[in-house]
Amino acid sequence: MWSFIARRLLASIPVYLGIILIVMAALRVSDPVNAYLGKNATKEQIELKRHAMGLDRPFAAQYVEFLGRIVTLDFGTQTRRYESWKYEGQNVGKKLAEAIGPSLSITLPELCLTTLVSITIGMLSAYYRGRWIDRWLMFLVVLGMSVSVLVFIVLGQKFGSSWLKSALGIGWFAASGYEPWLAWSKEPLWGVLPYPTRFALGTWAHYCLLPVLIYVVVAIGYDTRFYRAVMVEETTRDYITTAIAKGASKPKIMFAHMLKNALIPIITRVMITLPFLIAGSILLEYQFRIPGMGKLIIDAIKDRDFPIIQTFTAVFAGVFILSNILTDVLYALVDPRVRLS
Amino acid sequence: MSTTDPILSVRRLTVGFRTDLGAVTAVDDVSFDLAPGRTLAIVGESGCGKTVTSKAIMRLLPERTARIAPASEIILRDPELGPIDLAKASDSQMRDIRGSRIAMIFQEPMTSLNPVFRVGWQIEEALKYHTDLDARRRRERAIEMLRIVEIPSPEKRIDDYPHQMSGGMRQRVMIAIALCCEPAVLIADEPTTALDVTIQAQILELMAGLKQKLGTAIILITHNLGVVAQFCDEVMVMYAGRAIESAPIRDLFHHPRHPYTRALLDSIPKAGGRQHAKLPTIEGIVPSLYDLPKGCRFADRCAHRQDRCVAQEPTLDADASGRRVRCHFPLAQPRVAPSASARGGAA
Repeated sequence: MWSFIARRLLASIPVYLGIILIVMAALRVSDPVNAYLGKNATKEQIELKRHAMGLDRPFAAQYVEFLGRIVTLDFGTQTRRYESWKYEGQNVGKKLAEAIGPSLSITLPELCLTTLVSITIGMLSAYYRGRWIDRWLMFLVVLGMSVSVLVFIVLGQKFGSSWLKSALGIGWFAASGYEPWLAWSKEPLWGVLPYPTRFALGTWAHYCLLPVLIYVVVAIGYDTRFYRAVMVEETTRDYITTAIAKGASKPKIMFAHMLKNALIPIITRVMITLPFLIAGSILLEYQFRIPGMGKLIIDAIKDRDFPIIQTFTAVFAGVFILSNILTDVLYALVDPRVRLS
Repeated sequence: MSTTDPILSVRRLTVGFRTDLGAVTAVDDVSFDLAPGRTLAIVGESGCGKTVTSKAIMRLLPERTARIAPASEIILRDPELGPIDLAKASDSQMRDIRGSRIAMIFQEPMTSLNPVFRVGWQIEEALKYHTDLDARRRRERAIEMLRIVEIPSPEKRIDDYPHQMSGGMRQRVMIAIALCCEPAVLIADEPTTALDVTIQAQILELMAGLKQKLGTAIILITHNLGVVAQFCDEVMVMYAGRAIESAPIRDLFHHPRHPYTRALLDSIPKAGGRQHAKLPTIEGIVPSLYDLPKGCRFADRCAHRQDRCVAQEPTLDADASGRRVRCHFPLAQPRVAPSASARGGAA
């Protein structure tokens, strides 16, 4: 397996080089400095900025340098070229590192919760398909996904936060805002592994639980329908009949026989969404004023903050490739018929 | 084993299906007995109701579309549990019986095993539900079962996944699963149809040997009369949901009384037969269950048809020797006199 991972990583290097090449070239099709400074900027101002950012050097030199920065995950030391244009003095690496925490505080619990809930509902619905329990569950999840997320945000902020506080005196949920709820150790474990020193679950719930729940309500519709279809197919398999003929009970059939076979499509679906965890949710982060990745990248695009856009795109592509390799490894772990070679 | 009480008695079994095209009766008033340690073959063409009969006994029919008529009785006389009517047993009673008192093997060994679990796990699963054996004993028993079904080096193969085995091996594993709790009745639904001819023979030999060794009564569902001849005691022939003839195996082979049975036997290719001779076939097709004729269901295709056959359906009547046949004009009993001795020997 390790040789498989190594080979896959090696094989993705040219792919990644190509992606970076395309990203860098595409971002330079129209001059980023021009776009940032606007049409009233003088020629000298533009030249000055271009020189400061190293954009006047040959493309190849820029390409090699950027690759070096990605490999060392170092966006900032000894140069101003990886500084946010909008917020001068703040380097890109720091901006991204600050934004990833709040994003993951929302997206990671959301993904776990959505997946668990929709697999369970999908399995129940598939097993009792056509009966009232199936119809009601399907009705509810489709209702959840059919109503715009904006409606849930507005209702959530109004009733989940303001009304709960004013009418019942319960101040569990903040209407918006974010506070760090994890504090990391200064000294990483064994020199590499940082570990949390503070784990304020209450703070997390106060700011993040409401957006997570809203996200889940919207997302389970799509996921449940998918998992139900997967499970319906599983219920028709011959080995399910064999299991019944053996005397297996319904829970045993659902959670052992069906679930383990359904893991391949489940892994596929979960892993596809994995890279998007670091991208955050733009709408929720905006509406709840959470300083996450989605908000950062949208603001950067709005402000034409070139270094942030370029670096984020490169990092995102890297995460995508890694999660694809991880997916193949997981396939082999759950399905004995898949051989890694 | 007490006296000669049948281990399984099916009475008036009638199974209806609700379909998009309307209601059909797939099995219509079928009755038979299975004596302990004996083998009954249920023979017929596709769609004659033989598989539905077996699934009804196991209560494996789809709950929403299939219905066993209230008058039906499926009495299992298990020495430990006493008589139980499976047609009316509760779900939890059925769970205790399935895999333990009645077990089943299926037609498709390639898909009947769960692909993501080791075969050992799948054998041990049945033991987990029905015995008190601990994990180590279950594993020992699973290895023993693999040895009984003649899988070479069972200690190693127990950790194989199904895809690492051939079709014949997988069917052996299915048999091991079915027999690991020593059921009183084994239902084999076309167990060799999906296998190569050479493997077919091996599997049948294995089943015949196990029947001797374990004393399990077997219901063999098949469309292949050649398979039947090898190791069955009794045969019940079904046609369009009806039992049309039942007899001890030799009687049926030597003196079929129903014209359909006769036609089935004639359509078996014979080794050493005249070269280039055309194989006899049965003209016409099975009537649709949605639109059954008023008279005999086989009348349309019958060479001996008379007016009465079309007007009135015959009943399943027993003759003097206890053979049952559903025909107004059954074929003459022994065509050659001395063969009565052969019948005596079969019983």
